[in-house]
Amino acid sequence: MALLFDSFKEWHQYCEEQKQPLFEPVLTYEIEQKGRNREQIWEGMQKAYQVMKDAVRTGLEEDMISRSGMVNNGAKKVYKAKTVLSPEFQKLVARALAAKEVNSCMGRIVAAPTAGASGILPGILTTIQEIHELPDQTILEGLLVAAGIALIIEQNASLAGAVGGCQAETGSAAAMGSGAVVYCLGGSIEEVFAAVAITIQCMLGLVCDPVAGLVEVPCIVRNASGAAIAYSSAQIALAGVNPVIPVDECVMALGEIGQSMESRYKETALGGLAATLTGQAISKKVLIQDIDILPDEEENRNL
Amino acid sequence: MSSRSSIFDMIGPVMIGPSSSHTAGVVRIARVARRILGQQPDEATITFYNSFARTYEGHGSDRAVVAGLLDFKTDDTRIKTAFDHAREANLVYSFKSVGNASTLHPNTVKLNLTAGGRKVEIVGESRGGGLINIAQVNGFRADFSAQLHTLIITAEDIKGSIAFIADVVAHDDCNIATMNVSRKGKHDLACQFIETDSGIRPLTLEYLRSLRWVNEVIYIPDIDL
Ligand code: SF4
Repeated sequence: MALLFDSFKEWHQYCEEQKQPLFEPVLTYEIEQKGRNREQIWEGMQKAYQVMKDAVRTGLEEDMISRSGMVNNGAKKVYKAKTVLSPEFQKLVARALAAKEVNSCMGRIVAAPTAGASGILPGILTTIQEIHELPDQTILEGLLVAAGIALIIEQNASLAGAVGGCQAETGSAAAMGSGAVVYCLGGSIEEVFAAVAITIQCMLGLVCDPVAGLVEVPCIVRNASGAAIAYSSAQIALAGVNPVIPVDECVMALGEIGQSMESRYKETALGGLAATLTGQAISKKVLIQDIDILPDEEENRNL
Repeated sequence: MSSRSSIFDMIGPVMIGPSSSHTAGVVRIARVARRILGQQPDEATITFYNSFARTYEGHGSDRAVVAGLLDFKTDDTRIKTAFDHAREANLVYSFKSVGNASTLHPNTVKLNLTAGGRKVEIVGESRGGGLINIAQVNGFRADFSAQLHTLIITAEDIKGSIAFIADVVAHDDCNIATMNVSRKGKHDLACQFIETDSGIRPLTLEYLRSLRWVNEVIYIPDIDL
């Protein structure tokens, strides 16, 4: 019987008992649940990683201006600007922004786990590969580990901003990325899961409040901060620092907070940044105002 | 297979941004509509309802719907420039917005398509994550996801017709996942929407088409292929 990814605890036990690396039961899961074979899965992951790399490149090379005008080549500016911390950190931020800007400008991306968070894994993985000169195969294994992390979060909390707020979307992506980084650097199972736990602890409570309902502001900068938090968490976890609250309980907290979040903080664009004066003004400008409103009797007659 | 998510829903899908419900889902609805019409439309009137009515332009759903009518897939980079491709393909389109259709799903789009003399009307809902529900086809209640293989049969409402068709499909070794029958009135035309787990053979489709009481058979294999 294959592992069903209901909890990190079970995943941990399974790998210890079977003496398997973390990615192995993820492969088995997909084979048994979806009828794919190993070759198709590796190919699919390779394709996904290629699309991520392409998105980073596109965002750093091509013109990225969204229809609303809120996205205006931010990633390229960051790439060329004065270095604040280190060149690596600068590249990480620029790459996460780049892939996410491609998403906002109707380019091709991998929703990982969602389109709104599609800059986080590309930024994280291309950077860790470059710094540590990792082979693609290691990154693909890391992607499978990230998929396993997402399966558990989806099962016990949520991955969608509309259901659990931005903590569920960019928070989950960052947790996936952080776990993948620790895995790729040879961390133990405890350390991988500690990275996930710490990342979730850092992202808890984040609301989903996109200006004008568009996936641009604050989504794009949150892809950069999500990537940064994934790295700080990976650094803490790889040092063996105990997250104290076990990862499964962190996921429960994510779900609990998501449930109690008011709907105006769940992608409805009615609260937070979307409800600020400027947010509302932008919304007036970019949203369609010329809408037919049906008279009452017709409204309920279906169409 | 089970309803558990695929790892390719976690690392994927590969799609065109910005949002799975506003882009990928809309592309898929339009692709279904094109299949039901049976060809590329000459003219399309596209109505966005409720939440879609306000946001379709900012999210690029207008381009997504046109791209789907041109049969582009959800990860086709030409979606961004779909309007240019529509011009080349002589597809004429127009958009409408209706803000308060309270009985409809928040993200609903209606497509009225014509090609030659043929006209179809499809109402689709984008349910998030790129998943869709086709709610209506030509006024018939439909409710299918287009994720599997879909068979749409319009036939006279005669006794035993539903069981007969189910039997024919079963003989093709196809497992029926969902089946909906909708009719406009008693003994009027009935429309059957059948989703099957595996593909249906051309021979079986031919046989169904040859039946005297069957008006039309539309077959839509996996919409993403
Ligand atoms: S603010 Fe909302 S739409 Fe934007 S990235 Fe976060 S969850 Fe997604």
